[in-house]
Amino acid sequence: MDEIFTIKKLKEKFPASPLKEETFRGEVNVTVPKEEIFEICKFLSSDPDLQYQFLTDLCGVDHFPKTPRFEVVYLLYSFKNNHRLRLKTRVAEGESVVSVESIWKAANWLEREAYDLFGISFKNHPDMRRILLWEGYEGHPLRKDFPVEGPDFDKPFVPEV
Amino acid sequence: MAETRLMTINMGPQHPATHGVLRLVLELDGEVIVKATPDIGHLHRGVEKLAESKTYHQVIPLTDRLDYTNAMGNNLAYVLAVEKLLGIEVPKRAQYLRVLMAELQRIAAHLIWLGTHALDVGAMTLLFYNFREREEILRIFEEVSGGRLTPTYLRIGGVSKDLPVGIEEKIKAFIEAFPGHMNEYETLLTKNIIWLKRTKEVGIISKKDVINWGVTGPTMRGSGVKWDVRKAFPYSSYEDFEFDIPIGSVGDVYDRYTVRLREMEWANAIAKQALEKLPKGPVIADDPRVVLPEKEMVLKDIASLIRHFKIASEGFQPPQGEVYASVEAAKGELGFYIVSDGSNHPLRVRIRPPSFLNLSALPRMIEGSLIADVISTIGSIDIVLGEIDR
Repeated sequence: MDEIFTIKKLKEKFPASPLKEETFRGEVNVTVPKEEIFEICKFLSSDPDLQYQFLTDLCGVDHFPKTPRFEVVYLLYSFKNNHRLRLKTRVAEGESVVSVESIWKAANWLEREAYDLFGISFKNHPDMRRILLWEGYEGHPLRKDFPVEGPDFDKPFVPEV
Repeated sequence: MAETRLMTINMGPQHPATHGVLRLVLELDGEVIVKATPDIGHLHRGVEKLAESKTYHQVIPLTDRLDYTNAMGNNLAYVLAVEKLLGIEVPKRAQYLRVLMAELQRIAAHLIWLGTHALDVGAMTLLFYNFREREEILRIFEEVSGGRLTPTYLRIGGVSKDLPVGIEEKIKAFIEAFPGHMNEYETLLTKNIIWLKRTKEVGIISKKDVINWGVTGPTMRGSGVKWDVRKAFPYSSYEDFEFDIPIGSVGDVYDRYTVRLREMEWANAIAKQALEKLPKGPVIADDPRVVLPEKEMVLKDIASLIRHFKIASEGFQPPQGEVYASVEAAKGELGFYIVSDGSNHPLRVRIRPPSFLNLSALPRMIEGSLIADVISTIGSIDIVLGEIDR
């Protein structure tokens, strides 16, 4: 029961979709099309042989200036087989991904964070608000075109009285 | 007949029982919580963004400041990820030293939790005992690394320096005395009727829910999931040590309390084994790409001086790729996901914060219970906002 088995099962289940797999330092990455991420996640979490019941992490990565610029990374874990699987999907600016919150509740805050810091929005998410930054904040700080000092570091801070 | 409506109150962001700057918006029907909405981000410093503009070495001090009660564990998770990226083998002595420090730090972190958790519920005495022992651990850290709260002891490839002379006896003395201290804590709480009433059957979360909400660490094990990163994916030679994973059964505040107490005992046992079996040898890998040359050589030898300058100023360039490495930190699974584009800065440093996901399950634990139980439930999931907000 190893990673190859998982990928074989995935390919059997989704023969039409182009899955790209690569291994680096013993970790398996599978790039999947954005449209099918929900179905694939649902399959991986519910299949009795695989049982990826635990969403360890979900995060965004900005590959600016490459296009499509964003990547959403899902790190799944299976208690049954004790292994991890990393799913990745590419998203262009302004596009949205279907939320996996209905599969793993853990995705609720993780997707909100990806939205907050990258501006990737998730469809069907029950509560798509900013999480770390405040409401009304402009910009998404983890984007590569956002300056590390902040956009207004050289302007004087004048609080409204 | 008077009109009845829900009352919304703010708990925090400045509230001693929220363990940091956490704001909870509670909707109450009398004293019963109908809805709880945590509001986080008050301590957001942009650590992940900062890390992208630093060299790989410069990120280590940032990790100290995530969960500031568990600095050694945070260092460890980060250096493991970078070492995996580079493919470096760490000398055995350094691995054992890392285990020793990580386990002492786990005890220190759990001591803060125990003291503040009991203080929230009204048992004040314990805090003084806990901070007395924690002080001893911090003194050990100070002698070993020079820092107490933010030691930055670990380096990519090993640890910054070997143990100073005479410290082994001090660590041994602490390890010998600790079981006696555990008895002192337990006499105060474990069978205390007030403690039992405040913690038993409070803040329950089921086994299925902890998995679904991504909860890890003692909070997960309190609900009966026997899972620990140290056993599932052994790192830093944890497979050499004998230890057990304590679990609870009900998943209430009391179970999380007992799980953490047993964990402290096991941490002490692992530290003891690490100290006894501590092998001789170098404490940092011999890899001139990454590891700084010895200070003495820098002062004498021009090649070492150049190497020192190169590594300190421009860093090193790991291969292109992405890795994830995680450790069992005091709060749960702390992971670092690093994406490298082949330059001397990481393209992305993602921190998988255990407290973040543990806190996201808090509404699940407290909705439907009394407002007084919120205090003991927050204490029992042991959150540190420095890690949640990053």
